Amino acid sequence: MSENDSDIVKDFLIESYENLDRLDRELVGLEKDPEDRDALSSVFRTIHTIKGTCGFLGFGKLEAVAHVGENLLTRLRDRQLTLTPEITTALLTMVDVIRQMLTQIEKDGQEGERDDSVLIATLTRLQQVPAAPAPEAPVLAPVPVLPQTDIVKAAPAIVPVPDAERDPESIPSAPNIGDILKERAGVTEAAIELATEKQREGDPRRLGEILVEQGSARPADVVDALRIQQSNRASAAPAADSTIRVDVGLLDKVMNLVGELVLARNQVLQFANRMKDTSFLAASQRLNLITTELQAGVMKTRMQPIGNIWSQFPRTVRDVALGCGKEVKIEMEGKETELDKTIIEAIKDPLTHLVRNSVDHGIELPNARVKAGKDRIGRLILRAFHEGGQVIIEISDDGAGLNVERIRQKAQERNLITAEQAGRMSEREIFNLIFLPGFSTAEKVTNVSGRGVGMDVVKTNVEKIGGTVDIQSALGRGTTVRVKIPLTLAIIPALIVTCSGDRYAIPQVSLLELVRLGAEDVSKGIELVHGAPIYRLRGRLLPLVYLNRELKLTGDGRPAKDSAVNIVVLQADERQFGLVVDQINDTEEIVVKPLRKQLKTVKIFAGSSIMGDGRVALILDVLGLAQYAGVVTETRAHAIADKVTASAGAASDKRTFLLFAGPGDSRMAIPLSTLARLEEFPVAQVEMSGSQWVTQYRGKILPLIRLNVVLEERRNRLRALQVPPTLDSPPIQVLVLNHEGHSYGLVVDRILDIVEDVADVRSEANRASVLYSVVIGNRVTELLDIPAILRGAVTTKALPNAVSQSVEAAN
Amino acid sequence: MAQTSQFCTFYLDKLLFGVELKGVQEVIRSLEMTKVPLAPQVVSGLINLRGQIVTAVDLRRRLELEPSPPGMLAMNVVVRSEDGSVSLLVDEIGDVVEVEESTFEPPPETLRGSVRSMILGVHKLNDRLMHVLDIEKACQMSDALEAAAATR
Repeated sequence: MSENDSDIVKDFLIESYENLDRLDRELVGLEKDPEDRDALSSVFRTIHTIKGTCGFLGFGKLEAVAHVGENLLTRLRDRQLTLTPEITTALLTMVDVIRQMLTQIEKDGQEGERDDSVLIATLTRLQQVPAAPAPEAPVLAPVPVLPQTDIVKAAPAIVPVPDAERDPESIPSAPNIGDILKERAGVTEAAIELATEKQREGDPRRLGEILVEQGSARPADVVDALRIQQSNRASAAPAADSTIRVDVGLLDKVMNLVGELVLARNQVLQFANRMKDTSFLAASQRLNLITTELQAGVMKTRMQPIGNIWSQFPRTVRDVALGCGKEVKIEMEGKETELDKTIIEAIKDPLTHLVRNSVDHGIELPNARVKAGKDRIGRLILRAFHEGGQVIIEISDDGAGLNVERIRQKAQERNLITAEQAGRMSEREIFNLIFLPGFSTAEKVTNVSGRGVGMDVVKTNVEKIGGTVDIQSALGRGTTVRVKIPLTLAIIPALIVTCSGDRYAIPQVSLLELVRLGAEDVSKGIELVHGAPIYRLRGRLLPLVYLNRELKLTGDGRPAKDSAVNIVVLQADERQFGLVVDQINDTEEIVVKPLRKQLKTVKIFAGSSIMGDGRVALILDVLGLAQYAGVVTETRAHAIADKVTASAGAASDKRTFLLFAGPGDSRMAIPLSTLARLEEFPVAQVEMSGSQWVTQYRGKILPLIRLNVVLEERRNRLRALQVPPTLDSPPIQVLVLNHEGHSYGLVVDRILDIVEDVADVRSEANRASVLYSVVIGNRVTELLDIPAILRGAVTTKALPNAVSQSVEAAN
Repeated sequence: MAQTSQFCTFYLDKLLFGVELKGVQEVIRSLEMTKVPLAPQVVSGLINLRGQIVTAVDLRRRLELEPSPPGMLAMNVVVRSEDGSVSLLVDEIGDVVEVEESTFEPPPETLRGSVRSMILGVHKLNDRLMHVLDIEKACQMSDALEAAAATR
């Protein structure tokens, strides 16, 4: 095959693949709405083109298949047949066969040895018009090739024949000329019928011409109608003319070059800052601007709408649903959301898997749905949108949802978690168990309903590109899988910090804010709770992580007493923490280079990059760092799997508690997660509302619940409530808690500590408002039952005395 | 005519080593290196090789030899491995030698441990022995990584 020919074949393949993808979509669409003439014509055109081209290129077998398919489509288009699921399936099979042949051709330029007679026979059988007087035996190529005559004889000079009208590819698409004439010029149905009848009998002329000849329409009307049709078609046509195909390899090369240019730009900018030459400065600024724009432009060329991969899902859903006897409707939101090409490719398989899973396992059989009071037809919703520099893709179904208990049970059976772990895990953690490798195979073998087949692969693939997967589910109402992925992998904005003389890059995505504590504020600002440093950021406790200590670099990790401290406030998963670094340099666009296999085990780094001075800097993986430093305590699925094999009692099971002194100097604790803020109010700010202590806090009235009062015996309680605060007492320590949308302040005697502990030695509580006693930090500590305490404060409202009014006022 | 092959030789703690010349990308002087905290000890750091980031492996540690004396500037032998380029840090560069198959002998049975897997054998040169290093094995380091993970 000559060079020229192979080029033609290549073009043909690329175009055909694209068209076939569209065919899948359109056929599935047609099944739902068989009256969609646009779609039908488009399907017809595609098959016609393929048939024509492969005839020209000498692919006989391909031509034969396309030919029978085209015949069948002709019947459909001419409304001699209506689309049945059987026909759709046959046509989809044909699409698959054509695709296989194209793949074969792509591989070795030959169609290969294959026998498609069954498919051809099926397609031929299906074109028999039911109840038609005599099924025509020889099926002719049915394309009504439009004659090359002038369009309307009676009005020769007015309109140039629109090119598309002559093109056999553009079989009149809806609205067809007859409809337009009927609507616009009042041409009767009967007249059009008559004219189409003539056409069918072999009249080679066009509808308009026949109508004019019949006297049913005026030439001017026909011309107008054609114009309308033309403009409709133009607006429906894809914007093919304004785009060109570019080889991906070339794009990648350009992208790499732009990456290098960004590096060179950074170098020049650094250099420029040291120069006094203003014209050089101006030039480097200009270089800076252009590089940024060029980079944005190149990145954009690599961006593709996520709809490109979603477009296959209707077909996937149809096939899976048909296979398991379900009815599923697929909805898509945010198809136009763009992602980098490499990412699009990387998430294609995981998404397909999730979609299949939703249909296969999530959505129930129609009868079960009806029984559950749902619509027979299940809904599968795909959503994509931008959020904080990331793209979120959600796959939701309104199916049966995940059964927490069953997953818990299964995971225990499979020895993925211990019974004790199972008891302590949150619902969300349980859901995430289905991403464990062992879990999936178990599901496959036992075939118990619920998800999990290959979910670990989904998670691994998404994490490979720096994304995360999360699952939410409500039993009986459905499941949502949330995939979070970075916009692009190549060039990211990052904050450069210095630690022990080396520079590290922190992706801007995780960055919340920067805090600098002057030397004199350090001792006051950074507090130590049981050795763990924290910083109060606007009343919230921010755990601090010293980068040099985590990286086991020189020094003991604590800054010298007299130096300022730089805190980089970061977000990892849902948790915030402060990273203490020696120096905060600058933000810079960095080119991400992945780490080699030798360093893959170091989870704390996401990659490396070359800085302006040519040195290499490591990019911190904020989530990995948080896990390493123990900030993110929520056990991640992988951690659990690792832990089971590792020694028992691993540290990652710890929870964080706030310890404080209760009445009588008893040690009490609440989980840190229930705490919103810690506050200290001078007694003068405490006001009495009836007998309830309240204070004004952030523009609201905060009811203050005194722990010593709550824990008093009931008969003493009312008396204790009445006591107003004495003005000369020290400021009160308040734990601000949020409960069911309201804020409450819990007044405690003294805040002791924040500790991390497993807290698994527990005993029953011996008084109300206490959940149980646990051993935290080797001492018996009472864990408060927050909801009960708050409920207690609220139920007093019902008491028919002065107390009730006070609480009411407080609320 | 006997089969010959070319080796790029270098010295580590006065021992002569050789890697097959066709696996060597280039030999360069010591470059500025960025250390990687928490990485296995055999990884010395990352170097910028004309815009390409290359991992530098401390070959002395890898082969369980004495650590290099402080202040010594190591040379980089950049080799092509399955996982891209890797720089092997060596004491000194030797000549390119051409040896015949016949001078090759497998390592003695008494050579044990992880080192054995990296040393294919020795070529008996006129004045000394040249240890033949398996590039892939030396760069793979899965055993070294596991060891590092276990001690953590």
